[in-house]
Amino acid sequence: MKVEADQVFANNQAAAAVGATGAVIKMKGDKVGVFYGSKQALFDVDLDIYERQVTALIGPSGCGKSTFLRCLNRMNDTIDICRVTGKITLDSEDIYDPAIDVVELRARVGMVFQKPNPFPKSIYENVAYGPRIHGLVKSKADLDNLVEQSLRGAGLWEEAKDRLQEPGTGLSGGQQQRLCIARAIAVAPEVILMDEPCSALDPIATAKVEELIDELRENYTIVIVTHSMQQAARVSQRTAMFHLGELVEVDDTKTIFTNPSEKRTQDYITGRFG
Amino acid sequence: MVPTSHTVTAFDEDMKFVAHKIAEMGGLAERMVENSIRALIKSDLQLAQKVISDDLMLDEAQATLDDKVILIIAQRQPVASDLREVFSAIRIASDLERVGDLAKNIAKRVVAISERGHSVNLVRGIDHLGDLALAQLKEVLDAFGSRSVTRINMIRDRDDEIDAMYTSLFRELLTYMMEDPRNITTCTHLLFCAKNIERIGDHATNIAESVYYIVTGEHLSAYRPKEDKTHRIVADDTDA
Repeated sequence: MKVEADQVFANNQAAAAVGATGAVIKMKGDKVGVFYGSKQALFDVDLDIYERQVTALIGPSGCGKSTFLRCLNRMNDTIDICRVTGKITLDSEDIYDPAIDVVELRARVGMVFQKPNPFPKSIYENVAYGPRIHGLVKSKADLDNLVEQSLRGAGLWEEAKDRLQEPGTGLSGGQQQRLCIARAIAVAPEVILMDEPCSALDPIATAKVEELIDELRENYTIVIVTHSMQQAARVSQRTAMFHLGELVEVDDTKTIFTNPSEKRTQDYITGRFG
Repeated sequence: MVPTSHTVTAFDEDMKFVAHKIAEMGGLAERMVENSIRALIKSDLQLAQKVISDDLMLDEAQATLDDKVILIIAQRQPVASDLREVFSAIRIASDLERVGDLAKNIAKRVVAISERGHSVNLVRGIDHLGDLALAQLKEVLDAFGSRSVTRINMIRDRDDEIDAMYTSLFRELLTYMMEDPRNITTCTHLLFCAKNIERIGDHATNIAESVYYIVTGEHLSAYRPKEDKTHRIVADDTDA
């Protein structure tokens, strides 16, 4: 199954950039700045997102990490006074190019939010909605199959298979969040953005989502914003530290959590400010 | 912006406790080594006994420290410099505990050695070796206290002096034993004492490496020239 939106970018697939560690750069932020009206929220952020890796964005509240995340699939477009400067590429294609179809972009770069937000529809419809509007399936059988594969991918199939027609909102919080992840992967995105996906979940549901993130990494590029240092340390391969709208440092996660280069990172992760 | 304390102040208290406990153990271990060597030289059985009983305190301090670190890891999940600090505290405490054991072993030998009596000549080398090891121990404890790495390499290099001196003491004691077999018992005990002191120097070096890791997050390069060549000495060599 291949997303048709890919064709928009198909010509650029060959030109994938390669990072210093040999990992392929999936998305690239180049001097990204964000303004809300006259107030600048993000300053000259240069950040590479590597393919099939989990990149964690950390930093105190208001540091710009969510703002940066929302730039990656142009969620900031929905805010009238928001203006983005610099350049962000997906497979070397400028995602802020006027020729880009934002709906297709968001199919390629999916998103999971802080609070689970299933549609007020059945579990089945929550997952089937995306593939249907993007025209990804030809028949009911195809759709059934895709819903099952997506729910399996999100580790929810066993719990949900006998109640597919029940409302998604009737699931527990952790199940709802995995339903949202199933919904995100149903349209076969390349990148999944997660904005504090576990902050409303209990430890067991959190562990399930973290386990899922680790599995999803085989097929998807993941960027996760989290306030839990331990979660960033557990699930990510690279960690980017933001503070006051600047990227303080980005490095291998194991380096960030054992021997960070910057004092601001050190102070934040050890609980000395923020 | 120079925040040096944790937002959760109890975390600071925990870390202070660990540092104080290490300092306390260091001071105790240092005193035990000093007293054991003094007891040996002066044949002071009472002082030797004090060293032996002090070792219990050192063991208890180590247990207390281990419990505290386990609790800190469970409660605070320390990372970065905090993690390096608590992890290294466990290692340093273990080194200091071994230093205490070695001092206790010297103290235990004081009884056997004092029964036979010994000449000043025999113990002079031990005294000198002890001074070097004690200076090392003091130096690394200061480095830990000030979290300073400026003298770490010098401390490591000086361990070679201890090793070299131990080797020459080894030869010397061997010579005494060959001169007069009645010296063998005393000299064998002294040899063990010398070996213990040489080991104390090694533990001081370990601590120096731990301090370096705490401060820099990096390991000192593993290669160190070894000057302890006693494993190659045979009796014939001493004539050469």
